[in-house]
Order: sequence, then C-alpha cells, then structure tokens
Amino acid sequence: MAIFYILLLFMLIAAIIAVETKDLLSSVICVGAIGFGGSLMFLFLRAPDIAITQIVVEVLGLIILIRATISRDLTFITGEREFFGTVVSVAIMLAIFLFGISVFETLPRFGTPAFAKAPAGSPMKTYLTEEQDPNRVTSTYTAMGLRETGAANIVASVILDFRAYDTLGEATVLFTSILGATVILRRKSRKLLEEPDE
Amino acid sequence: MPYAFCFLLFVIGLYCAVVKKNMVKIVIGIMVMEYAVNLFLIMLGYRFGGVAPVVDREFLDAETQQVTAGFLNSAVDPLPQALVLTAIVISLGSLALMISICIRTYGKYGTFDITEIRRLKG
Repeated sequence: MAIFYILLLFMLIAAIIAVETKDLLSSVICVGAIGFGGSLMFLFLRAPDIAITQIVVEVLGLIILIRATISRDLTFITGEREFFGTVVSVAIMLAIFLFGISVFETLPRFGTPAFAKAPAGSPMKTYLTEEQDPNRVTSTYTAMGLRETGAANIVASVILDFRAYDTLGEATVLFTSILGATVILRRKSRKLLEEPDE
Repeated sequence: MPYAFCFLLFVIGLYCAVVKKNMVKIVIGIMVMEYAVNLFLIMLGYRFGGVAPVVDREFLDAETQQVTAGFLNSAVDPLPQALVLTAIVISLGSLALMISICIRTYGKYGTFDITEIRRLKG
C-alpha cells in the first residue's frame, strides 16, 4: 500500500517540475519520469501488459518530444499569461478538484473492485444473465476467457478475441494519426518562414 | 485516497494545458492528463492481494481444464486493463500528430508562443 503513495508522490513531483520549469528539454525529461513511474505503478497494480506497453510507448513518445524540442533556439519560455486569467483558471480548477473529491466518496474503496464475487461452488459453465450478476462483463471474461479462446492471459483474450473489433478500430486510429503526421511533416511544404508570403 | 492523488495529477495537467503559453507545454499537459486517466482506470480494478489476470497452473482445474472459483475471487479486473491498453497506444498516435503540428508551426512562425501565432496566413 505504501508503495502506491510513494510512486504517486514521485509522479506528482515530476508533474509539478514538468509544468513549472522554464527549460523545455528538462520538462520533456520530467514527462518521461512520470511515464516510467506510471509504468512501475501499473506493475504493482498487477497489470503487466499495461506496464510493458507503457514502457514502449514512453520511449517512443520521448523520442518524438525530444525531436520537437532539441535544436530549437527558442526553447526558453519568456512570460506568463495575464495575471487575472491565471487566477480565475486556478480558482475554477480548485473548484473542480473539490467537487471531484466528493465524487470519489461514491466510488467503491480502493482495493475492493466494483465487480461482484464469483458465485460459490463449481466454476461457471454458461453465460450469466443480468439478474444473476449485474457486473457480468468482467466475471464472464474472467471465467470463460480460457475456455472460449484458449488464451491463458485474460487481457489478451479480451483485446484479441472478445473485443477484436475494438482493437481493429484502434489500429485504424493509430494509422490515421501517423498518416496525418506524415502529411503535415512532408518535406515539400509550401511556405515556410524563409519565404514569407507578401 | 489514492484516487485523490490521481485526480490531483489530472488537475496539474489541466492547469498546464490551460494556463501555459508554450505549445509544447500544452502538449505536455495533455499527456499528463492521459497518464492520470489511465492510472485511475487501472486503480478502479485493483483488489488487495490480487493476482494478475493470467491463468496460472494452480488456478486450473485439472479434470475439466477450467479456471477455478478461486481465480475469479482473486484476479484483478481484466476489462479496464484491456481498454487502457487501447487508450495508451492511441495516445501515442495523438502525441505524434500534435508534435508534428507544433514542429510545422515553429517552422512557419519561428516561435512556440501561442499569443504570437495569431495572424492567419494563406
């Protein structure tokens, strides 16, 4: 339990440094610290698939971000926004935070998940109806995952079999965004700073 | 209580995205918000003393080749993990798109400051 608080505090401190530092490169490196702290946190939360994916995505994201910030001469931030706007936005965010804290009271406590316990006795043979178990999605995946798909890893059986169309849509979104980035960054762009359009 | 820390991380990212003037700082704020939301969803499925949702040999009923009821009562929730796995990969794609827009804007205007990028150019 204490390890969660330590990692969360580490991530919070890294986030504050990343937000408040003046140098963009150190800010990017602090984002990397948040990501790897989150990856460790996923590992302690018993989500090894997420931890592996987070590390890979983190390394790629750091490369992309450093590509944007390095070799730019104007990476230092000069001024802040207007004082009044900052105060108003901080007040609104404080209000959001307080309301959010009161919403968390209605959630189940940390460590006691929302889905119900499995019915005692023999393992499930058939799919449950909604009357038998209101949270039947999770218990169905957990109980039937091995038998229906043959995958020992329940997460893999969910993303690749039960919700395979979801993963297909994810791949579509990923390729579309990479296509957009390629189109934006193509070398034969029309007007850059060197040739102003007057 | 860990939910509150996680939400504080989200609010820090929101502050960064709303208040800061630098384009890369805004992208960083959006990334911090993504981390906080992913972490919150995984936290919702955690249970104390739980095991990862991988069927081990001790949870396998030898006769029927089924998972035992003990696995159902000790595994953490696999559904948020499967959904967050999708969200993490999509966040990488959106990050690449946002950063490419930042790089292109820098090449056109020579600055990351959003208050100076006001003129429309055809």
